[in-house]
Amino acid sequence: MNNALPTGDVEHHVDYAAAPVIEIRDLITHYAERRVLNNICLNVYPGEIMIIMGGSGSGKSTLLRHMLGLHQPTSGSIRLLGKDITRLSEKEFYALRKEMGVAFQGGALFGSMTVGENVMLPLREHTRLDENTMQIMSRMKLEVVNLAGFENLMPSELSGGMVKRAALARAVVMDPKLLFFDEPSAGLDPVSAVELDELILRLRTAMRMTIVVVTHELESAFKIADRITVLDDGEILVTDTVANVRNSDNKRIQDLLHRRPRSEEVDADEYLHRLTR
Amino acid sequence: MPNNMKYSLLVFVDGVGRKTVRAVEEIGYVSSLLAESLYWIILGKKHKQAVRVATVFQEIMAIGVQAVPIVSVLNLAIGIMLAIQGIETLKTFGAESQVIIGIALSVTREFSPLIVSILVAGRSGSAIAARIGSMLESQEVDALRVIGINPVRYLVSPLLLAMLIAVPALTILGDFMGLLGGALYTSLQLNLGLAVYADRTLEVLAVDDIRQGLIKSAVFSAIIVLVGVSNGFQVKGGAEGVGKATTRSVVLAISCIVLADMVFTYFLNR
Repeated sequence: MNNALPTGDVEHHVDYAAAPVIEIRDLITHYAERRVLNNICLNVYPGEIMIIMGGSGSGKSTLLRHMLGLHQPTSGSIRLLGKDITRLSEKEFYALRKEMGVAFQGGALFGSMTVGENVMLPLREHTRLDENTMQIMSRMKLEVVNLAGFENLMPSELSGGMVKRAALARAVVMDPKLLFFDEPSAGLDPVSAVELDELILRLRTAMRMTIVVVTHELESAFKIADRITVLDDGEILVTDTVANVRNSDNKRIQDLLHRRPRSEEVDADEYLHRLTR
Repeated sequence: MPNNMKYSLLVFVDGVGRKTVRAVEEIGYVSSLLAESLYWIILGKKHKQAVRVATVFQEIMAIGVQAVPIVSVLNLAIGIMLAIQGIETLKTFGAESQVIIGIALSVTREFSPLIVSILVAGRSGSAIAARIGSMLESQEVDALRVIGINPVRYLVSPLLLAMLIAVPALTILGDFMGLLGGALYTSLQLNLGLAVYADRTLEVLAVDDIRQGLIKSAVFSAIIVLVGVSNGFQVKGGAEGVGKATTRSVVLAISCIVLADMVFTYFLNR
């Protein structure tokens, strides 16, 4: 079964009996002629930390961009909090955006604004709070990510780890139900990476968010995941608990886990044909 | 026809066809960009998503106010140059004093808007492409979209509005400086008083001449913004891509400005 749920020792903060908050059905998508994602089906449940893992070119970033509504799929549906985002009008999607937070790989903080203004931007956009309240709220979130007192710095004055944490603060400033995190540990030193993992775990317990993390870092994935989805060549190999993914007998998964390059049978005739055609 | 000639003809036709399709695509894209940014400028308030006034002022500062010294110097130089050439040419007919008409009309109708726009295209058009391109590369544009902020409303509309205010204002300054340059040289060369020169200039200049220059400069502002933004949004491939888009946007903007100038001059003077 592709979309296996954990049995037995179920983590108490995930409600697998509830309706999934993310529900992807038969997602197919193309870049020009090339099929990038093929028949993706995925459920993510309230309170869950779902890790989407795969090598580069596996389609994991594309899958994330689809969940964020940045691309339209060729076919299939993506339901976030029960709403099919492939069919939403711009106005309806705008309302749904309040429930979603995204931390991009490079942080994507706006270079022309201070850290504090960056964190405040979603509040400015979606609420009619007064300046003072917004400031307090953004300071609270900066406090959560251990960046208190940095709100007047420009993003260019922050270190890589601080940029990611500031991006996380901006992503959660509206207290979203869904948090998406793209490559949290990419480009970070091991200590900052571990700190960020712990921060993600803390956020889930404190704010009861459902979190989707896209990563190729095994260690971080095993540490924070409730379930892991392994993506390869645009298809889901498995969606399962950490233990089951680890013990999977799928060869390709074991290759990925043990950092082996893809082992391909080389057929001499086919090889010759490819070169001489 | 030999076979290889046939082939190269085919390649040529194919190339022209592709380029045409691309050009039409780009024109379509730019027009929708213009329509969308105008839409947000005019109707943004109604959607409770008004264009940010603070940004507009910041941009006016960067595009307009900071360009004041260079615009002044260049237009002064253009005025002097026109006076030198004009007097030299008109000497043949013994009609040197008629140079005043020539300077007045060519500065206000032609040179001031053209020089100002080319300057702004170089200073700000390139910056627009570079900024949007690097925002795209660093996923800041994606971040805007997932927060629910329309990138055109947030990035393009304030620029367009600022440009539509700053460039015509600079053009008026350019008019003045160009006329001043002409006046300084002419009054020295022909022993005319500055007051006499000013009187003659005001006699020949009609409001229509200034207006012609301002209409042009408004069109040129839109060209600068749209070319810069559309090139910025098409950036691919990191820092090198940003650099390419910047260069392309300056060359394209200046070419479009000069061509548009020709077309407008033809229609406005009929």
